Amino acid sequence: MIENRLKEIKQKLIEFSLLTEKIIDGSIKFLLSKESSGLKHIIEIDEPETNELELEIEEMCIEAIAQFAPKASHLRTILMILKINNDLERMGDHAVNICESALFLIERPDLKPLIDIPRMADEATKMLNDSIKAYIEQDPKMAKDVCRRDENVDNLRNQILRELITYMINDPSTIERALHLLRIAQNLERIADLSTNVCEDVVFMVEGKIIKHHHGADPD
Amino acid sequence: MRQLKKRIVKDFFFSLIIIVMAFSACIPLFLILGFIIKNGASSINLDFFIHLPKPVGEQGGGILNAIIGTFIITGIAFLLATPLSILAGIYLSENRKNAFSEILRTSVDILSSIPSIVIGIIAYLWIVKPMKTFSALSGGIALAIIMLPVVIKSTEETFAIIPYGLKEASFALGVPYYRTILKVILPAGLSGVITGTLIAISRIAGETAPLLFTAFGNPFMNLNLTKPMNTIPLVVFNYTTSPYEQWHKIAWAAALVLLIIVLTLNIFSRIISKKWKVKF
Amino acid sequence: MESQILKIENFSAGFGKCLVLKNIDFSVEQNRITAIMGPSGCGKTTLIRCINRMHEFSPGAVFSGKILLHDEDIYSINPIIVRRKIGMVFQRPNPFPTMSIYENVISGFILNGIKLKKGERDHIVVNSLQKAGLWEEVKDNLHRRGTFLSGGQQQRLCIARALAMNPDILLLDEPTSSLDPKSTLLIEQLMEELKQSITILIVTHNIAQAARISDYVAFLYLGELMEFGLSKEVFTAPKNKKTEEYLTGKFG
Repeated sequence: MIENRLKEIKQKLIEFSLLTEKIIDGSIKFLLSKESSGLKHIIEIDEPETNELELEIEEMCIEAIAQFAPKASHLRTILMILKINNDLERMGDHAVNICESALFLIERPDLKPLIDIPRMADEATKMLNDSIKAYIEQDPKMAKDVCRRDENVDNLRNQILRELITYMINDPSTIERALHLLRIAQNLERIADLSTNVCEDVVFMVEGKIIKHHHGADPD
Repeated sequence: MRQLKKRIVKDFFFSLIIIVMAFSACIPLFLILGFIIKNGASSINLDFFIHLPKPVGEQGGGILNAIIGTFIITGIAFLLATPLSILAGIYLSENRKNAFSEILRTSVDILSSIPSIVIGIIAYLWIVKPMKTFSALSGGIALAIIMLPVVIKSTEETFAIIPYGLKEASFALGVPYYRTILKVILPAGLSGVITGTLIAISRIAGETAPLLFTAFGNPFMNLNLTKPMNTIPLVVFNYTTSPYEQWHKIAWAAALVLLIIVLTLNIFSRIISKKWKVKF
Repeated sequence: MESQILKIENFSAGFGKCLVLKNIDFSVEQNRITAIMGPSGCGKTTLIRCINRMHEFSPGAVFSGKILLHDEDIYSINPIIVRRKIGMVFQRPNPFPTMSIYENVISGFILNGIKLKKGERDHIVVNSLQKAGLWEEVKDNLHRRGTFLSGGQQQRLCIARALAMNPDILLLDEPTSSLDPKSTLLIEQLMEELKQSITILIVTHNIAQAARISDYVAFLYLGELMEFGLSKEVFTAPKNKKTEEYLTGKFG
């Protein structure tokens, strides 16, 4: 009955999150290795697949709500799955943005050696990874930890911004490339943000507490 | 507050009156029982049950012929009336609304309100006269007629309270109608039917009036159904109306025996209805 | 493989001049749970009673149209045969009060005068009680009266009794409306398991129940079939306005 149905949906969502993670990972990996075929594959094949998954999960959730009128933890789980589902799909979109900018950049000479962007990507995918782990293991502690790490990503993004501004001031011909790099940083930051959303949802799902907009104030 | 107190007092008195009234309703019963036991018990001994009546003046003597006669005549009535009444009762409970069942139901009501002495006269005119002799058979038939409406009514009522769901359950298993009636409805109502029949028997066992013109009474042992036969109520009637002191005593004893038989039947029917009660 | 075990074609039924069901048309898939829901007096119970020909016991019963079981019109088959192929469980549990649990389970055979060998009898009793999820609870009291059981157990006994006849279809007429939530849940889980081996048609006025357990759902309103379809579709986005209103509690 409802327990079985929830299990199916959760399984699907895990599949979805793993694919999303693979896409984000891939977008940065192929930027560094300059493989346009890999980037194109993400844009044309992987990301549309995640869209399909999102629709499928959404439908499953709606059907489950219609059929079982879930209560308490069942209700929280389904609502949060719906939100996480949405967040994951947005992450996919951001990954596509990264791929597009990456396709632009790998055609052109390097503006500078990429150091901060891979670090940021690393941090963002780790956050996503941990948020998914927190979701699978229903671990609110891990989830809250991820929320706190959002700040690191923000700081990295700001640092990249400052650095790129100096490039652009010195040489206007770098502006286009710098903006694309900035776009990548911006999208990574968004991905990290969405990961914290996922974690907030995990906390709500497990504890029934809404920690949105005031995390960090929470002592544990 | 005073209002309330007044009400509580009123309430108390009302309950008290009800209890007192309820008890006083039982007084006649206990008086009768006590009186009969007092007068009858002294004459009851083993001889009373195993000997025939003796002529006036001789000591002792019993009512064996009347006891046996009572069993035979009520037996005849039971055999004649029960199958007919149970089937009629089932018919009535199965067909609650059609025209024939309405007629049948009204007839049964009328039959039950006919005084028993009238039934005795009818039996006399229809059976005794053509046969040119009083007989146990005619008595049995008269009692059977009295018994009919009682058993029909109790059977109908018993079957009427059997939930319709039970019948549906049987039909839904593909059981034909007649088997459903025989195997589901009848067993479910059996204790009620038996109780009703026992109560009807206890009623006719005490009937006297119709037997005056039919079984008539007989001082001798008789097992021939076409000859007059004695019964306990007839003994009570004949001996009480006699001028002999000793016969009066026998009449009291016979009344006590009759009372015991009727009470036993009543108690039995209660036990059966409790023990075999079918919970739905 | 989906196959339609029961087809209801242009079926109408009623009492005397009063038509309770009007031109009902839908098919029941094998090994699926089909729920019939609708407000009181919409003809749900009449419909289910037509399917095993119990409707004709009601005074003044009339009907027209066809109900096909395995493509054979049930109104051309002896009703006694139809009822053995299409079992029914009623709103109120109704075990036979004069019979033990054991006898109740095989009452379909006893009452029909079908003789079974002792081994066969035992096998059917154990098997049916297991299927009905009652075996563990009654295995030590098989020879006690069925009416000693609780309401929920009695209802499962009635299910076992119907299953013992090995029917193709099991009709359930609001089987949980007189039961407490726990017994209700047990019976709902039971249906989920039973559909592996049998087709279930359940009447319910409980929307939530219909949504929870059914694969297909038919919505009846004032004797007409408003909507029939996959439950997950009907309960998510009904096509008929009346269904929408019923499901959102605007009437009913």
